[in-house]
Parts: sequence; structure tokens; C-alpha cells
Amino acid sequence: MGSEILLRDKYLPVLLVIAISIAIGVAMLLVSKFFRPKRPYTLKLTAYECGIPSTGDTWERFNVKFYIVAIAFVIFDVETVFLYPWALVYKKIGFYALLEMYLFIFILLIGYFYALGKNIFNWRKD
Amino acid sequence: MDTLYLIAVTIIKTAIYFGLLMLHVAYATYAERKVIGHIQLRLGPMVVGPHGILQPIADIIKLIFKEDIIPSAVDRRIFTIAPLISLTAALSTFAVIPVSEGWVISDINVGILYVLGIAGIGIYGIIFAGWSSNSKYAFLGGLRSAAQMISYEVALAMSLVGVILMAESFNLTEIVNKQAQYPMGMFLLPQIIGYFVFVVAMLAETNRVPFDLPEAETELVAGYFVEYSGIRFSLFYLAEYLAMFCMSALATICFWGGWTVPPFLVEIFPFIGIIPGVVWFLLKVYFHMFLFFWLRGTLPRYRYDQLMSIGWKVLIPLALINIVITSIIKYYS
Repeated sequence: MGSEILLRDKYLPVLLVIAISIAIGVAMLLVSKFFRPKRPYTLKLTAYECGIPSTGDTWERFNVKFYIVAIAFVIFDVETVFLYPWALVYKKIGFYALLEMYLFIFILLIGYFYALGKNIFNWRKD
Repeated sequence: MDTLYLIAVTIIKTAIYFGLLMLHVAYATYAERKVIGHIQLRLGPMVVGPHGILQPIADIIKLIFKEDIIPSAVDRRIFTIAPLISLTAALSTFAVIPVSEGWVISDINVGILYVLGIAGIGIYGIIFAGWSSNSKYAFLGGLRSAAQMISYEVALAMSLVGVILMAESFNLTEIVNKQAQYPMGMFLLPQIIGYFVFVVAMLAETNRVPFDLPEAETELVAGYFVEYSGIRFSLFYLAEYLAMFCMSALATICFWGGWTVPPFLVEIFPFIGIIPGVVWFLLKVYFHMFLFFWLRGTLPRYRYDQLMSIGWKVLIPLALINIVITSIIKYYS
């Protein structure tokens, strides 16, 4: 079996499933559109804030910690991305791969402890 | 011609698979209400049909007939598309999840990467919903949810590295078959740390109790979907339950031996071997679903700082230790 055929046999169904998933969502929205009432008025269309008139815009500044966690996520996710192929083949490469990955994890741990020291995973105020 | 045949077969397979899946999701909502009801010494839904058995169908009809309110201040384009993204991501993960030997829509060789990757896209739906609603509750819920899900996604992905070390494959069928030579025909015992990390992370990934902070009724009303109503709300709801099924299936495949029967059970009851694999698979998935409901009926909610410190200070180091131990043992055996 050529790689092109393999690609088609394995991944065409996956693409189709994704397409069907989108179609199911769209179909549900369309079916509902056919049946549901539509009676909007100004008060109904305001943002729900427990019945109190909403003040100001929501799209403002927010806690910087969310950004920092996102940055930490990128670093650790990239680490995981490297761990996956390594986990698959390290036995074929041998002891060298084992050692190399421990070195990699060790370097990341230095960064991890630096982040811990900077208190970025600590969300308490005190 | 061959391609057409492939397309036809795939569509039929998907129709059967998704039809049964939707039935499971509908009845998971019913099962959840019943389980939590009985935990709290109530009866749960009892009105529609005997013991409320037709409740999910009544719910679906109700949600279809509800008005779809789109507040005037929202970012309309993103607001309308967010539930679709969530649903599509949750639904397409099932393209590669096998329910028995060969019973799968497409048995690709990077199955585990595909599931994690597509499941990760679901976060976009939540961020988009929280951001575009232009409501403070939705905004805070969306932010919290995004930070929570990305934090626990790292732990989730790392806990599966141990499984890949043992199975030496990304293919989900291969992972199940490799488990035959281990105690009880499962990776559960050798990967017990990995399983623990996976279960905690899967609760957080699906925003379930005790990590349901994005929805925290008492403080955020409903979190990121507070402005949604009718069918769009039910798409989010559907996506949540599909994600729960996806995570349960992944836990079953990676740690509980999938559709295989534990060998010691066959030794005690030899006739048990004739039960088809899909029954075992479903039983194991139901157990994990029950775990979700059980915890929801039992545990209170974590505070946000506790959530963050569990994810980053406990689960990720545990997962790393698991990887190191597993790789050493595997290398010298």
C-alpha cells in the first residue's frame, strides 16, 4: 500500500467525521430556528448581571496572572510535545536518549523552580 | 470509485456510531440526575414516563423550542460560532476512539495525539463564548476556564506519556493490545500514578466538580455560558457531556485495558469469555461516568488558588516522576 493510499484510507474518514460533526451542529441550529419564537425587546437583550443595570464595558484590563499562566503553559506544552516522540522511540536509540531526556527535564525543572520562586502559581493575596 | 466506496462506508459507520453516542449522551444527563438525586435522598426525575425514563427526550424538545436570545452588546459573529466550535471539537474526537477490536471509524496511528489535539480546540469555544458575551460573569468564567484547562492539559498530556512508554505506540488499538501481558490485563497497576494524575486532570479538563470553577453558580451564575439560551446553550451542554465520554473512553483504553476481559475473571468464570468486547468497554466507560456523577454528588468545590496549586505544584511534578520511573524500569526490563 503506497503512503498516498494509506493517507487517504486513514485520514479521509477523519476529515469526513469532522465535516459531519460541523453538519450536526449546524443542523441542530437550523432545526431550532424553524421552531423557536423570536420576541426580543430592549431589556431582554441586555447583559445578565443579576438584574442590576450593567455599567461599563467588559472588555477591560484583567489580572496579569492569566497571561503568566498562559506563558508557563506554552513552555510546558512544548516540553510535552518533545516527550511524546521520545517516549515512542527511546528504546531504539538506547541509553543516550534516556540520559538526554533527563537532561532536558532537568533544565526545565530549573525553570519550573524559578517560576515557583517567583510565586506565579500562587494565587493567594497574602 | 474506490474513494466513493470509502466515503459511503465512513458515513454509514459515523451515522451508527454518532447515533448511539447521542443516545448515550442524552441518557447520561438522565443518569446524572438520578444518581445525584439518590445520593441526596431524592428520587430525581419521576414525571415523564415510568421513573422519568423519557426525561431526556422531553428536555431536547424543550430546548429546541426555546427562544435563542442574543444580547445586543455581544460580538455577534464570535458569539454565534462559539458553541459550534465546542461541539465540533468534542464530537470529532470520537473519529479515532475504538469501542472494540476493529470497531472504529478510522484507526490512525497517531490516535492519542489526535484526541488530545482536537480536545484542546474545545477551549477556543469556551474562551470565545466568555469573551464575546460582553458580560462580566461570562468574561470571568471564560478566563478562569481557559487558565484552568491549559494548566490541567499539561498534566493530562504528561500522564499519558507513561502509557506511551509502556505501549510504544500512539495507536489506541495497539495500546489496548499491549496491556494483555500486564497484571489484570491493564496498565492500571504499573501506571497507578499516571492514572491518578489522569483522573484528576480529566475532571478539571471537563470542568466538573470539584473543579467546576468556570461555572461556579454561587459566584459566577453559570460562567462562560451565562448569556446563552435555547439551542446554543444545549450545544455547550452536549459538548461537555461528549468531552466526559471522550475522557472516560480514553481512561478505559489507556489504563483499564479497553474491551479486553481481565484474565483472572475468565479463570474464575470461564463462560464470561463469550461476552463481546464492546460490552466490557461500555461497562468500563460507565464506571468512569459514574465516577463523575459520584464526585459531583459528594465533593465541594475547590477555591481558585487551590485549583492552581494542585495543577502546577502536585500533578505536574507527579506526572514527571511517573515518566522518569517508568522509563527507567522499562529500559532495564
